[in-house]
Amino acid sequence: MFRAVWHIPAKGGANFAKEPPTDPEQDDGTLPVMVIPAVEISRLRKTYSVPVREPGVMASLRSLVKRTTRDIHAVDDLSIVVNPGEVTGFLGPNGAGKTTTLKMLSGLLYPTGGQVRVLGFEPSRRERAFLRQITLVMGQRNQLAWDIPATDSFELHRAIYRVPRPEYRRTLDELVDLLDLEPLLPKPVRQLSLGERMKCEIAVSLLHQPKVLFLDEPTIGLDVTMQRRIRTFIAEYNRRHGATVLLTSHYMADVEALCKRVIVIHHGKLLFDGDLSSLVQRFSPYKTLTIELESGSDRIGDLVDGIGEVMRSEDGRVTIRVPKSDTARLTERVLASLPVIDLTVEDPPIDDVIERVFAVERVTSNDPPEAHEREHQSQ
Amino acid sequence: MTEWVDMYRAQLATTFATQLQYRAVLVIWLLGLILSPVISLVVWMTVATSGGGQAGGFTAPAFAAYFLALMVVNHLTFTWIAWEFEYRVRNGQLSGLLLRPTDPIHIDIAANVTYKTITLVIVIPTVIVLGAVFEPAIEITPVTIFAFIPALALAAVLRFLVEYILAMVAFWTTRVSAINDLYYVPLFFFSGQLVPLSLLPDTVRLIGLALPFRWMLSFPVEVVLGRVQPDDLITGYVAQIGWIVIALASRVVIWRAGLRRYAAVGA
Repeated sequence: MFRAVWHIPAKGGANFAKEPPTDPEQDDGTLPVMVIPAVEISRLRKTYSVPVREPGVMASLRSLVKRTTRDIHAVDDLSIVVNPGEVTGFLGPNGAGKTTTLKMLSGLLYPTGGQVRVLGFEPSRRERAFLRQITLVMGQRNQLAWDIPATDSFELHRAIYRVPRPEYRRTLDELVDLLDLEPLLPKPVRQLSLGERMKCEIAVSLLHQPKVLFLDEPTIGLDVTMQRRIRTFIAEYNRRHGATVLLTSHYMADVEALCKRVIVIHHGKLLFDGDLSSLVQRFSPYKTLTIELESGSDRIGDLVDGIGEVMRSEDGRVTIRVPKSDTARLTERVLASLPVIDLTVEDPPIDDVIERVFAVERVTSNDPPEAHEREHQSQ
Repeated sequence: MTEWVDMYRAQLATTFATQLQYRAVLVIWLLGLILSPVISLVVWMTVATSGGGQAGGFTAPAFAAYFLALMVVNHLTFTWIAWEFEYRVRNGQLSGLLLRPTDPIHIDIAANVTYKTITLVIVIPTVIVLGAVFEPAIEITPVTIFAFIPALALAAVLRFLVEYILAMVAFWTTRVSAINDLYYVPLFFFSGQLVPLSLLPDTVRLIGLALPFRWMLSFPVEVVLGRVQPDDLITGYVAQIGWIVIALASRVVIWRAGLRRYAAVGA
């Protein structure tokens, strides 16, 4: 029996036709093709040693002789595997270790301990073959030269990454089209607005068609329209090129729109790794009930009492938080006893869930927040 | 190879376009560069005139020739890499450059070449005007030019590398300007900027022989003025190449160590 075997080619699909059809049922003892993870982190640690100086003359004199340093564990025993083509959201409050991790993944920072592999490479070796296949976009960092038009920087990028001209043209046209760059290209970069610059910055970072994209706050400081634009673009880029994307963002809209999978870290430790929906399930065992009433909103308190909690009530619109397991019971009760115009049951906003994740972590953690910093002294 | 040519072409185009944005700054930099040798020139011409027509074998017109040639060579060999590098490390720009699959040194080489090319447009007329004013005693022959060009090129390469190495202290400390000041004192003294090296006391000259400074500036000046004997010319080239090899090796080692440091403390 003949069955088609689908190889996902690394780029474009040009070599698809060259693959001879193979019969998966033939038993020639070959192993099945293993998927090399795009990103593989195991027990990763990064510790910064920062000097501790107390104020005052005596203290600074003391520090001449005896230097006190404090270890900050920015990333602490982190293990993650990301498969090719995945779009993963990397979440955590400020200082959680997200950027540090992305920098280790792109070879800018050396790990203190543990293993990092990106496309099978060890990033800290900064091999050219590795650097050509990745990109790191950091909020305000620039690949674009400030004083010249973006198009000149693009050309330089092409030459540095040795992108063949026809391929470059194609990619550039695609990026110009997707990001609507045409009017921006001839202007000196310093004359562009933040959002315009960000678009150009993203474009330049993708001209070499990286297989792995590390995006650190790609939408920070942008207005809602521009955020949506960039979001759509990232999704489209992932779809077209099958690129792996690891992105951090403080905007939950980004994460909801782009990431099936989320990784949550806090104090450099992994808190959660899984589907966005299971994150909601796990950290928010509540539903939000919004009820619109003709009248009798004053009576709703009694109905809810003991089951849920009224969060807002105005002009006949009542919002209630209710444990998931009691949702049906309460809905039934409300519908039976009150003149309901409309009723919706929703998961709580993801922002609330994330906030709860960190709140829970703070409560359940036995050690105080400073516990991950250990002080030691050296002579 | 063609890829390298392509990269340099693009790199040069970028730095060229960037530098043309800062025409006023270019002129100010140049003024400083011209002023210092002109002051030395006037001082030493006065010394020579008052000392009975010459000082240490230099007549007033010979001093004029020396300092004008020095001005040109200094212009063609100086770098500003220390400031640039410190800025890059401090504001994190270096991280962006390190993501690229090429050594950031190529940007600096390109920037240097374009800057020198652009500013020659001002330097050459300036030298001609100053030449008309100070009437230097200089006889430029095809032979001296032929000997001068490699000496100048090697001096430029060596000075670039030495100053690049110095710039890399930015990986370890934020006090780069202090280190720079420490460097400029011996450079000024031993590279012939203060006075032609042949006028220095013997002991000081001996110390200078063990240092790379002469090969970064003074040597090509001496060559173009015809003050170097053919035998010494070859020795000079060899010394320049030797120092370049040492500098290249140091650059590789220090660059690696610097990156390790940068990547350890937070890029």
